Amino acid sequence: MLLLAFDTATPAVTAALHDGERVLAESTVIDARRHGELLVPAVDRVLTSAGRALADVTGIVVGVGPGPYTGLRVGLVTAASFGDALDVPVHGVCTLDGLAWAAGEAGIDGPFTVATDARRKEVYWACYDGPAVRVTEPAVNRAADLPQDVLALPAVGAGAALYPESFTDRRPEPAHQSAGSLAALAAHRLAAGEAFAAALPLYLRRPDAQVPAGYKAVLPT
Amino acid sequence: MADEPLVLGIETSCDETGVGIVRGHTLLADAIASSVDEHARYGGVVPEVASRAHLEAMVPTIQRALKQAGVSARDLDGIAVTAGPGLAGALLVGVSAAKAYAYALGKPLYGVNHLASHICVDQLEHGALPEPTMALLVSGGHSSLLLAPDITGDVRPLGATIDDAAGEAFDKVARVLGLGFPGGPAIDRHAREGDPAAIAFPRGLTGGRDPQYDFSFSGLKTAVARWVEARRRDGQDVPIADVAASFQEAVVDVLTRKAIRACKDNGVDHLMIGGGVAANSRLRSLALERCEGAGIRLRVPRPGLCTDNGAMVAALGSEMVARGRAASTFDLPADSSLPVTEVSVPGHTHEHTHDHVHEAGRENLYG
Ligand SMILES: [Zn+2]
Repeated sequence: MLLLAFDTATPAVTAALHDGERVLAESTVIDARRHGELLVPAVDRVLTSAGRALADVTGIVVGVGPGPYTGLRVGLVTAASFGDALDVPVHGVCTLDGLAWAAGEAGIDGPFTVATDARRKEVYWACYDGPAVRVTEPAVNRAADLPQDVLALPAVGAGAALYPESFTDRRPEPAHQSAGSLAALAAHRLAAGEAFAAALPLYLRRPDAQVPAGYKAVLPT
Repeated sequence: MADEPLVLGIETSCDETGVGIVRGHTLLADAIASSVDEHARYGGVVPEVASRAHLEAMVPTIQRALKQAGVSARDLDGIAVTAGPGLAGALLVGVSAAKAYAYALGKPLYGVNHLASHICVDQLEHGALPEPTMALLVSGGHSSLLLAPDITGDVRPLGATIDDAAGEAFDKVARVLGLGFPGGPAIDRHAREGDPAAIAFPRGLTGGRDPQYDFSFSGLKTAVARWVEARRRDGQDVPIADVAASFQEAVVDVLTRKAIRACKDNGVDHLMIGGGVAANSRLRSLALERCEGAGIRLRVPRPGLCTDNGAMVAALGSEMVARGRAASTFDLPADSSLPVTEVSVPGHTHEHTHDHVHEAGRENLYG
């Protein structure tokens, strides 16, 4: 097994290779504005440093968000294109699940919350019972509007760090999304024979689109 | 000829997901998925709606094009993609897909300019472009007069709109008349029943001291709106066919007059017209009439190749390969404000010379 994993749903542009046992190589760059420019070079870097060819890859793992749309789409269209060109399966994994798995690797267990930055003063969030068990659907809300029992849980992710007045039990690790953790979670699911979600974007918001309020006259009325 | 470059082209600068495949000057496939119906109720293209549609349509459209052309992706000599100008988020979907396919298949990647592609597509219809080529590009996003001594490396802007694009004016006037979006085809249809001389609408920037090759359609649009509103205010019927015909005549009169002037001034004996507005029947007939009168040969591709499509990108990509032009690097950015003078983008290895515009265009790349 050779999994190529990447995620562009957060400010991190992260790519990794995983052989089913361990992470062979990982590249993570934090640059919220250049996902499209950095992703393929990052993939090239991990392949080169692991001494493997893209043709050896047996599956693609991609973070499906939730995340700000423009960056999120870079990862998803890249995954779909690799999947088609290489004729390998594409496994979609919720970006928050990848962070939860990384939280487990950092030593967190029991119930906790993952929150990332959704901009517009909101967070993308979900609750977990251990690193591999998500117990709520991913959602987008203002941090202050989350239930008190959710806010009281240990919390990881940039969304928690942004709203310290709401998330009162913040944990520093993981600070960013890691494709290595995402790949490790996918390898765990593959080994357990679990099914993957389709690699479709979790936008969680409708597109911003104003229907023009009728035709605006130019003559003074 | 089998040894001509086989290139796949991807176009996602606006609301059409286009994938074309050409071999040299021969069109093998032209697959398109459009999100235009989803934008109609908003009266214009909504960038986020377009980007979401591009993501859904991208891989299926590529598969359809390969099947249509009857070629394997392995046989391609290169993959070309619109790197700009256009909607930032929309461009990024096509650029990312092109990179992934090029990288996975081990093919050179060519990030090319949308405007140069609009010109180059005519090679699929009328053979090799003369050098230099004079081109009038008119669509909802652009209205330019371009002189292209070399379509793969030297495209010079002679003039452009100083306010609205020609296609935008069609959309806005269609809205005034209640004809829906997109406005071009509706105006064209109604104008056929109307009198183009019924109302004397203004011709922008045609005074003796005005810039010779620039366009302005904002004043015309406002004049039409005023005329229509005044009629309505007086309780009179609006003669939609006459308004459409008179407005359309004002637009195509200025476009063709300036294009022919540019040909004469620059000693070019033919004119290429491209872009969505080139599908307008009155523009095509008036251009033909005036070109014949001036001894200029007119080249206009069939309407399906005038609007945004992947074949035009493939056509330019194929020409790039044929002429041994440099490929792009894999850090190629999508540049929403790519200047027309940059026919292709070699990638970030060479820093851009228009960073100020570039940064502004990049603002909405995330989120
Ligand atoms: Zn166009």
